[in-house]
Amino acid sequence: MTNNPKTGSGLSRRNALGIMGASAAALLAPNLLGKPAFAQTPPDAPSGRIIVGVSQEPTVFNPLMPKIEVDDNVHFSVFDALFRITEEGVIVPNLATEVPTQENGGISEDGLQWRIRLRDDVRWHDGELFTAEDVKFTLELIVNPDFRAWRTTGHNLVRDIEVVSPTEITWRMEEPFAPYMSFLTETFIVPAHILGADDNPNEAAFNRAPIGTGAFRWGQRTAGDNLTLVANPDYFGEGPYIEELIFRYIPDMTVLFTQFQSGAIDLVGRAYITQDNYEAARNLPDRVVDLVPATSIESIYLNLERPQFKERAVREALYLALDRDSIVDVLYYGLPNQTETFMPRQSYYYHDGLPTHEFNLEKARQILDEAGWAPGSDGIRAKDGVRLSFNNSTTTGAHLREQAQQFVQQTFRDIGVEMNIENLPAAVMWGDFWGMSQFDSAMVGVTYLIAADPDVTNRFHSVAITAQGGRGSNTGQYSNPEVDALLEEGARTFDREQRREIYLRVQEIIRDDLPYLPLFAYTQVMGRKAGIEGFVPNTNTRSETWHAAGWYWA
Amino acid sequence: MFGRLLQSLVLLVIVSIIGFVVLNLIPGGPLAQYALDPGMTQDDRIRIAAQLGLDRPLWVQYLDWASGMLQGDWGTSFRDGNPVLTVIGRHVYATLLLMGSATVIAVSIGTWIGIRGATHRYSSFDYVATVGAMIALSIPTFWFGLIGIYVFSLRLGWFPAGNMYTIGDASVMNYLHHLIMPSVVLALVHIAIWSRFMRAATLDAISQEFVKTARAKGVPERRVIMKHVVGNALLPMITLAGVQLPSLLTGALVTETVFTWPGMGRLFLDSLGYSDYPVVMGLLMFSAILTIAANFVADVVVALVDPRIRLA
Repeated sequence: MTNNPKTGSGLSRRNALGIMGASAAALLAPNLLGKPAFAQTPPDAPSGRIIVGVSQEPTVFNPLMPKIEVDDNVHFSVFDALFRITEEGVIVPNLATEVPTQENGGISEDGLQWRIRLRDDVRWHDGELFTAEDVKFTLELIVNPDFRAWRTTGHNLVRDIEVVSPTEITWRMEEPFAPYMSFLTETFIVPAHILGADDNPNEAAFNRAPIGTGAFRWGQRTAGDNLTLVANPDYFGEGPYIEELIFRYIPDMTVLFTQFQSGAIDLVGRAYITQDNYEAARNLPDRVVDLVPATSIESIYLNLERPQFKERAVREALYLALDRDSIVDVLYYGLPNQTETFMPRQSYYYHDGLPTHEFNLEKARQILDEAGWAPGSDGIRAKDGVRLSFNNSTTTGAHLREQAQQFVQQTFRDIGVEMNIENLPAAVMWGDFWGMSQFDSAMVGVTYLIAADPDVTNRFHSVAITAQGGRGSNTGQYSNPEVDALLEEGARTFDREQRREIYLRVQEIIRDDLPYLPLFAYTQVMGRKAGIEGFVPNTNTRSETWHAAGWYWA
Repeated sequence: MFGRLLQSLVLLVIVSIIGFVVLNLIPGGPLAQYALDPGMTQDDRIRIAAQLGLDRPLWVQYLDWASGMLQGDWGTSFRDGNPVLTVIGRHVYATLLLMGSATVIAVSIGTWIGIRGATHRYSSFDYVATVGAMIALSIPTFWFGLIGIYVFSLRLGWFPAGNMYTIGDASVMNYLHHLIMPSVVLALVHIAIWSRFMRAATLDAISQEFVKTARAKGVPERRVIMKHVVGNALLPMITLAGVQLPSLLTGALVTETVFTWPGMGRLFLDSLGYSDYPVVMGLLMFSAILTIAANFVADVVVALVDPRIRLA
């Protein structure tokens, strides 16, 4: 974190150097070690282009509208937020000049009054000066009921926004909400003088050719093929060092990898090199391939309102009957990491002392016996009229998951549990079936954190069970009063150390309750041509281009 | 003629109703893609669905869409934010380029193979052509595509592995270089189809009385074939062309995917994947109109060319 206004945007080069140095060992593949990451210096003027291969097409260019991760690739390059989050999870100023805290008076002691100081040297791509009015407009637009906003959590608590001066803005929160700081790292500021002048921001021309403050300006889009952004020479922060940043849309993973091999694309972002291509990618000449721990956790996700899963003994027995090592090593080429928690390993809040999973069929049987689940004539256990039988669903066509399902099905069968596989097309799976908890169990990769904040109210608080009239994404219908209370406390607490204690405890309880059965934490395989410097993977953001301003060809 | 036109319109309405209902019956919907976003709640999804008008009864949505269509408004893409016609327009030219060149290759080579196969029946050429056509029809296009990329792009380095052009070089030569492999791969299947149909049509024509007459009159064999046989054999091919014409504009899904060609086939697949109802319906209507129109035109042309046929 820096308070120097000259380097306050995202990251300065020195800052990036420090981060690279500190985290290289943890984040980068061994083949990068041993050579200095920043051996070259960036060019004086932007030169060259970098083509990023993406497997989904970026189509949403208004950063406040419903979007997917690939759209964020564009938003991070064209726009700025008030703050950015580094790959170490540290929030640094971007359009703001400092990160408000209770210590520096930016946030009041009760967490309700917020004051943000802004840079005075930022211009929109059309030359207009960026001011506090833009921030006010953005925050108000998000909660405008007529505007098709992406997500409103946190923003809907903001009241009485006041522009004190062009470089200072204040507001009051309806209740203390510490995660909001993280949310603001994903809230890109849009120009009031352009969007505000449009009658219907949902249909504005801006949405098709956005104007931001970012390191790259809108270039041109060839629908279905590519999107070109061009360097913004007036960018207030570091860089950009390349003339063009291009996203090329290649929907098929195999074809995408082929184009990486043939050199048609320069950089492949998150998860776009599939695990089975890792070995081949690593051995390509003139390519750098990194393994980066991801935020999403693969698990057998349980619907706890199903009578089969209500008893902890059953969940524990099922967990014991998961041969996780074989799944990771054989099916996933040994790339993912073992985990016992929903918290990403790279997070400051990660609990590394949780009980380690054990694959033990004998113990699993014993637990079920003791709990009174006796095998019936068909070998399947039952208790009080409930058979230990359930469906497991995932999206059709995910072949690795389908193999894992079949494998799990066998080991479950060995302890007298029947798991039927019932897979569905993605469009069906992710509708009410998932959102309204109509599944028995699912094999899914779930990201639990929003913008790297440890708050998991949305996933684990009982008020977040939509199927029971709540508001949120607790589709497993997990409910534990102690966790509820801790989550409420965590959201009110601004002190990092205090929050850490709270979320460590949350992880302990959830590890004990086993509302879902963790299989592994994903690892992303990222590849790029040798010679691209300044690339810093950051799984705390939704985009590999979170700091494309720092990229250059050596 | 008027009766045929009316039939076509009724058909279009039926297609649109079935398409609309089936599309909306698929569970999930356009907002399912946000299901795993940790920050987006079911509430958010319900709110956005209401803003998009998806919470209205299906028949209201249909009538709204249909009245828009009648006024030339095909709706706005949920995903892209652009009018449906703009979205479709942006992909049509890529498809036309690919399918057009593939068709030129297929028709010229396929016709030649068909005629030669028929006039040299049971020759080794005919056997090779027959077996070749069977292979081209039985092996999936994506296999040819991937083998092509492996051999000619990765191993030999002769052709690019995909895309319409190299970024930074939008010259005609660059487009052509990129066009060759996908159009040849796509043409393989069409050569097979055209050659088989042409062979059958030529054989049919050869057995006609007027051919025997021409030969009896001492007309040179080459002239008999070119004037009497080929001319008549091409007639049924007009119908085949009519059937194939819509695909010129609706694209070839597999080839477009393998060669990352930004055409209509891929647009359709993408739009279906995101349940982008307005675009899917737009593409459905586009292709229905083309199919009906092409068949209509083919019938008219055949009737004009062949006086024995009269349109009902």
